Amino acid sequence: MKRLLKLLRPFTIHLIFSVILALGYVVCTLLLPVWSGKAVDTIVGKGNVDFDSLKQIAGFMIILIGGAMVCQWGMNLLNNKVCYGLVKTLRQQAFSKLTKIPISDIDSHSHGDYVSRIISDSDTIADGLLLGFSTIFTGVVTIIGTIIMMIRMNFIIALIVIVLTPVSIFMARAISKNTYKYFMTQSKDRADITEFISEMTEQGELVRSLDISEKVKEDFEEKNKTLTGSSLKATFISSLTNPSSRAVNSLIYIAVIVAGAYAVITGKMSVGELSAFLGYTREYSRPFNDITGVLTELSGAFACAERVFELIDMEDEPDGELTFDGKFEGNIKFEDVFFSYKKDQKLIENLDLDVNAGQKIAIVGPTGAGKTTMINLVMRFYDVTGGAIKIDGIDVKELKRHELRDKIGMVLQETWLFSGTIRENLLISNPGISEEEMINAAKAAHAHSFIKKLPKGYDTLLEEDGGALSQGQKQLLCIARLMIALPPMLILDEATSSIDTRTEMKIQDAFSTMMKGRTTFIVAHRLRTIMNADIILYMEGGRVLESGTHSQLLKKGGKYAALYRSQFL
Amino acid sequence: MKFIWKYLSEYKKEAILAPMFKMLEAFFELLVPLFVARIIDIGIPGKDLSYVLHTTIYLVIFAAAGYGVALLAQYFSAKAAIFSAASLRKDLFFHIQKFSDAKLDLVGSSSLLTRLTSDVNQVQNGVNMFLRLFLRSPFIVFGAAVCAFTVDVKGALVFAVALPLLILVVWLVMKSTLPRYKSIGKRLERLTLSVNENLTGVRVIRAFGNEHIQRRNFRKATDQLCNEQLCAGGIQSVLGPITLGVVNLSAVVILWIGGIRVNIGELSTGEVVALLNYMSQILVELLKLANLIILLTKALASSERIEKIMNIDPDERTKGEITDIKEILDKKEVPAVAAENLRFTYPDGNEETLSDISFTLEQGGVLGIIGGTGSGKSTIAKLIGHSYDITGGSVKLFGKEVSDFSDHAIAGSVALVPQHAQLFKGTIADNLRMSNEDATDDELWEALEAAQAADFVRQKPDGLNSKVERGGSNFSGGQRQRLTIARALVKKAPVVILDDSASALDMATEKALREALKNLSWKPALIIISQRASSVMAADNILVLEGGETVGYGPGDELLHSCPVYSEIYHTQFEEVAS
Repeated sequence: MKRLLKLLRPFTIHLIFSVILALGYVVCTLLLPVWSGKAVDTIVGKGNVDFDSLKQIAGFMIILIGGAMVCQWGMNLLNNKVCYGLVKTLRQQAFSKLTKIPISDIDSHSHGDYVSRIISDSDTIADGLLLGFSTIFTGVVTIIGTIIMMIRMNFIIALIVIVLTPVSIFMARAISKNTYKYFMTQSKDRADITEFISEMTEQGELVRSLDISEKVKEDFEEKNKTLTGSSLKATFISSLTNPSSRAVNSLIYIAVIVAGAYAVITGKMSVGELSAFLGYTREYSRPFNDITGVLTELSGAFACAERVFELIDMEDEPDGELTFDGKFEGNIKFEDVFFSYKKDQKLIENLDLDVNAGQKIAIVGPTGAGKTTMINLVMRFYDVTGGAIKIDGIDVKELKRHELRDKIGMVLQETWLFSGTIRENLLISNPGISEEEMINAAKAAHAHSFIKKLPKGYDTLLEEDGGALSQGQKQLLCIARLMIALPPMLILDEATSSIDTRTEMKIQDAFSTMMKGRTTFIVAHRLRTIMNADIILYMEGGRVLESGTHSQLLKKGGKYAALYRSQFL
Repeated sequence: MKFIWKYLSEYKKEAILAPMFKMLEAFFELLVPLFVARIIDIGIPGKDLSYVLHTTIYLVIFAAAGYGVALLAQYFSAKAAIFSAASLRKDLFFHIQKFSDAKLDLVGSSSLLTRLTSDVNQVQNGVNMFLRLFLRSPFIVFGAAVCAFTVDVKGALVFAVALPLLILVVWLVMKSTLPRYKSIGKRLERLTLSVNENLTGVRVIRAFGNEHIQRRNFRKATDQLCNEQLCAGGIQSVLGPITLGVVNLSAVVILWIGGIRVNIGELSTGEVVALLNYMSQILVELLKLANLIILLTKALASSERIEKIMNIDPDERTKGEITDIKEILDKKEVPAVAAENLRFTYPDGNEETLSDISFTLEQGGVLGIIGGTGSGKSTIAKLIGHSYDITGGSVKLFGKEVSDFSDHAIAGSVALVPQHAQLFKGTIADNLRMSNEDATDDELWEALEAAQAADFVRQKPDGLNSKVERGGSNFSGGQRQRLTIARALVKKAPVVILDDSASALDMATEKALREALKNLSWKPALIIISQRASSVMAADNILVLEGGETVGYGPGDELLHSCPVYSEIYHTQFEEVAS
């Protein structure tokens, strides 16, 4: 709540004007029934109409109407501006935070949750606030205003209205309390069917090839029926609120008529006043209904705001201060490094490693050995829990992240392409490069030939995550991307795992040219690609069990030699 | 719009009763001003308190009756909306189930999901509100106008001018905001996509120091969204003031005309109050209507999106007629799979993916297909499964064109293990029984043994009943591949195709797998697609592909001499062993 107010600060002027306009709107709309009542009183009967006063009153009413229109319109525009602007700011802040939080927070947390915070939660805030602003303020002012008007006209009848109205609110409350549990069941059923639909549409091809669509349909129908049942209950019960409070309001209206008629008969009130009073009774009960509706909406908006703020308040990944100062060689040292993802599960312990600039380091070993973890540490996607990693003698923790990552280029097994053209995807690392250089890099990565065949060549629009491209083609694009960036240090984590061996052989040439003079880490399953590395590390369970050159390790006859034999026999 | 009527008409009774009861409710509400006018014109001037109370009893009865019918109306409208949305959801889902692979690719699963969930919900809300209010509100508005005419024709002429004017305004606003709401929806979808991409691609983005560009793009996208929202909101925001203005100005006119007519004795004061009362009822109802139009505009946009999907021809392929495969499979002399001068171009592609491919696979035989990335290997597997119609030549299963088979018949004769190993949420047994519900536990174990998956399944505490998460995410890539192979084997189809589906297995396990496949009890014809020479070299024939064309076909040892591409693949994978 406080946070929201703080975010509203840039909109102070908008809000002040909005409040003034709301006041103006309410005053105009409240005065209208008074004057229309006065107008009725000038019309007494045949031959007894005071046209002069009527003319005056009508003129005044027209001014009031114009005022109300202008105020309401201005208020709407301002409220729109504040709400959509506020949500825009929230979204941008949240997204910006997303680009700064530690990768561990992204790995360990459901992506869908982040998305819903930035997209749908923010939307709920906008809707809630918009309704809130336009309803609550005018509503409250209207209620206060009508109470004053009614009391001025007739205290006792006013009292009847004021005492009876809360009855409808209590009724609405009681109903909405009951609704809650039905809504919960509905959400559960809805989530269930959504999960099912999502799985089955994603796996559409598989469903067809396994010929199970009949069974899938049956399951769907069952879930659909459950949802229908719970929806019906939730919707019906919640829809009782409106007619119920309307019924209570009608009774209040009737009470006013009886009391009012009595007051007129006993001469305490004029007919025009009664007509105005009836108008106020309607005016008075309407905001109560609106506000109860808006309050649930607003409490939802606040809950969502809290979730968005939670994201905005997350801590950035820590950053260092130092830079390489223009001199970068590429010596890397692991000094007694400890690391684990979870406190109770040890992974890397006492790891020491010394790599000279320009060397090629290959890491091999079974799944879960800690190969990718080593790379996470070098890139500072994760921080070591003990010891230090030093590049050219500087602890990576003290380096500016940008400085560090700027110097390292990587291709990962899991290719990532964003929706956009191939060109945009290639130039992500180096937007300033010339067309010719880009094509040369693509040629070196053996991606040019298939890009050329695509309908629009380099301007072909890729769908989400590469769309129709094969896994191998995606990897070729990622390699081309790296060749365009060409940083002084390289990380290739299973960079060619989806590429066939022939193309891989062809790319190797380009790779070796690229690796010349660049410190390179290679993780690979296919040993053929790493046999000429300067150091091969065989890892298992977070420990380096063997290290040396290919021939040294073969001679040793240990785990590496066994792995090698299994691959080539 | 028409399209929603179709679903609503399935619940005709509810869909008609709901607005009827709503109208009854409105009718009772409309009676109120008439009786109030009586109180003012008869009860008050006559100082007749008992007349006032008498009339009031009618009012109480109207209120109670109004409440009763309102409850019924709410029930029927909820029922009609929810049930018709449910059958819409069902039809849509069933329609999508008919989609061919090409159509699935075309639409994309994430937009199918939105259509089936939030768009259907949006329609449901819209229908519910429509039934409740879109008849009630006009009824009150017109009813109030009609009542006004019964009170005084000349005074009520004001209504005849004001109402069309208001309807025009509402229509104009709705018309100009609808396309904007559609584009707002699209922009939100883009925004979602961009957040998602930034989560999945976080490592690449950070490695390339690309965060500021992502932030800039996101800022641009949100700015555009905000402008669009302001624009739509700006149009929407004139609706309230104009309604307010028209209605209140009409009230002023009524007072003026009323004054003149009372003066010449054609109207009473109470009747003027009644006219004003009707005006104010119209105002309240129109304000409600204005809010509802927003909801309805959104629902309409959703229904259009759904309709678009419903209008897609789900399956463009030739519909095969053969459903009974028993007789066909019994023919011993014909090859299990044969392709002749097969040509194929993807529906949206402009270059031929496969040209002039021919091969023959005898029953019980083994065919290997090898080739580089993008050479068209997987496409052949898909064509044998009739995922697409071929564009030239022929592919035959047991002597009959694949396009002559029904999908069900193809599924019964071909077991395809796709490249991407995917499991469904459930248990291991659930997954294995997908293609053969009647398989016994023994048969499941037999398939697991052959797929080299028995060991790790046995090690699980729950064995066959071990839980499988969505997509099989709680298994490693290699385990997933072996389970999908086992799933395909449970079917005991006469043709089994492994589309690079053992790539995550180490050489020793893959070798054992190949041995086991050769010794399967029902002796299926086997197609092995791979990038590894070692996987295919033992096949009867190997088809070597490059760029969608055949560059070699024959037994492995022959190809070593006759096919340079094959021998190159072979040597890059084996020469190190020699050295």
